[in-house]
Amino acid sequence: MAEATQIPNEAETRAQFGAFAFSAENKKTADMYIGRYPAGRQQSAVMALLDLAQRQVCEETHTQGWLPVPVIEYVASYLGMPYMRAYEVATFYTMYNLSPVGRFHVQVCGTTPCMLRGSDDIMAACKNRGLVKGATTPDGMFTLNEVECMGNCASAPMVQINDDNYEDLDYDSMTAILQDLSDGKQPKVGTQLPGRHTVEPYGGATTLQAMVDKNHDYRGEWK
Amino acid sequence: MLADKDRIFTNLYGYQDFGLKAAQARGDWDKTANLMKAGQDAIIEEVKASGLRGRGGAGFPTGMKWSFMPKAPTADRPNFLVINADESEPGSCKDREIIRHDPHKLIEGALIAGFAMRARAAYIYIRGEYIFEAKVLEKAVAEAYSAGLLGKNAAKSGYDFDVFVHRGAGAYICGEETAMIESLEGKKGQPRLKPPFPAGAGLYGCPTTVNNVESIAVVPTILRRGAAWFKSFGRENNHGTKLFQISGHVEKPCVVEEEMGIPFRELIEKHCGGIRGGWDNLLAVIPGGSSVPLVPAAMMMDVPMDFDGCKEVGSGLGTAAIIVMDKSTDIVRAISRLSYFYKHESCGQCTPCREGTGWMWRVMEKMRTGNAEIGDIDTLYDVTKQVEGHTICALGDAAAWPIQGLIKHFRPEMERRIHEAKGDDMLEAAE
Repeated sequence: MAEATQIPNEAETRAQFGAFAFSAENKKTADMYIGRYPAGRQQSAVMALLDLAQRQVCEETHTQGWLPVPVIEYVASYLGMPYMRAYEVATFYTMYNLSPVGRFHVQVCGTTPCMLRGSDDIMAACKNRGLVKGATTPDGMFTLNEVECMGNCASAPMVQINDDNYEDLDYDSMTAILQDLSDGKQPKVGTQLPGRHTVEPYGGATTLQAMVDKNHDYRGEWK
Repeated sequence: MLADKDRIFTNLYGYQDFGLKAAQARGDWDKTANLMKAGQDAIIEEVKASGLRGRGGAGFPTGMKWSFMPKAPTADRPNFLVINADESEPGSCKDREIIRHDPHKLIEGALIAGFAMRARAAYIYIRGEYIFEAKVLEKAVAEAYSAGLLGKNAAKSGYDFDVFVHRGAGAYICGEETAMIESLEGKKGQPRLKPPFPAGAGLYGCPTTVNNVESIAVVPTILRRGAAWFKSFGRENNHGTKLFQISGHVEKPCVVEEEMGIPFRELIEKHCGGIRGGWDNLLAVIPGGSSVPLVPAAMMMDVPMDFDGCKEVGSGLGTAAIIVMDKSTDIVRAISRLSYFYKHESCGQCTPCREGTGWMWRVMEKMRTGNAEIGDIDTLYDVTKQVEGHTICALGDAAAWPIQGLIKHFRPEMERRIHEAKGDDMLEAAE
């Protein structure tokens, strides 16, 4: 269970988000999600719809989006489920933000595999740029959080910022990424090690070399 | 070393396109209907004969799991296949590579496995943090639909089958099969009591089988090349090839497909450029993801990397997520960080786990700084024993085992810290 978040004043959020409704395009997407489940089981789509709603709030507020109470209510009634069931889901899963976050949500992985490869340095790089764990910078640009294993262990340490992963980081590359973002530039996504492609051993794959340059079909070599 | 021609995931590193055309050129979706013509029971028998054991950690024989599904599902109670892509075990990063670089192996496997267990549809539950990977998967599924490989008369096999992608939203516990089913139903991901087992009453109360991504994605290749081919790799009871994920203090961390039972030292030397600072610098290894106990260097060197080999040294293969720690590691902190992970991820349903994980983490933090009494080590061990086995799912066990492994192998280090913090007399090295 995650630590309790400071949920913003309800009267204010109601004034701001009371009239929330899916945009025409999102409505189509929402109905597509609902269609993935058997009739009468539309509650299954609650996770997808909460995510969709959070992304719409993201666009409307030019931040990374969050889920104010009226938005959760809207999703619950869209699916014909009790509000409390939707609220339960929103509080249970860590990717739903229950309070506003900044323009960039910096999520540094701090679990052991990343820790062994130097996630402390990544945290230090954030700290030295004025980011504070669990808080948003005064200019509303960056929210910093330490998250649990993101499944990028063979290219650790890593950070997820909004929808993008940055891997094989060190203090300098992390600082550069934050600088690029605040300058409005898009840093290179994925591994930051020059010459590394994805999760092959650094310096060149020890296997499957025939695949590097062209799409090799190994079937001819089967016995 | 495994020859490249015997590797299943040939686009593991994503040098080539993940799309349908490129996948077909590599051999995916090649006469899938012919493979299915053998019939449901023959496919299950072939998978049984291959010796494939589940790749998600527990290592349950995959073919046997499928055979538990009802043979004659009714229209109002169809069978479901759920594919577990909620890869969140610290150290594990293999399903991500399958999904973003070779998704059609998974989708073709879903059709064949779903057909074999007479399922109406498959839900692929992908962890929420895999945002890019989910986009790739959605694209690959859409490609398969428009090529007629899924849906009505899937791949011209005469069988109707759907594959749906369901994104999670950040909860490790949803990797537990019944929690995953709860989450798919749109609820909090809290594990269910078993029995009833999912094969009897799972998703929406219907018979359900939950399989790991890798277990499903290897099936088409096993059927194409035959059970005997797959069985020719590895030792008795531990057959096949496996994706190993090596992280931590090796020169070159990587994901690589190798033969089951490859000795630890060989795996690291061949693919990871050795241990950082040489083999004398190795301190300990967690061989199967955070949930299994660590193994000290001396015991680990020549372990065959398979289910039984890791079990013999008091640990487990898990997902083959190998976390390597050299002598620069603060070992107590490394394990304490895992305790924090379990505290964070406990779903809060069972008291021993909800309260125990937090308590264990707090005491582990005291152990890290040495701000404790010697007797606290025994109390800590005692509490891990009281959490273990007393919860609905295995998260309680998973939180207990790393600490038990630490106490078993590194108790002198824990005691040293306590003495040091107290300022007790220490033996000093001669000048």
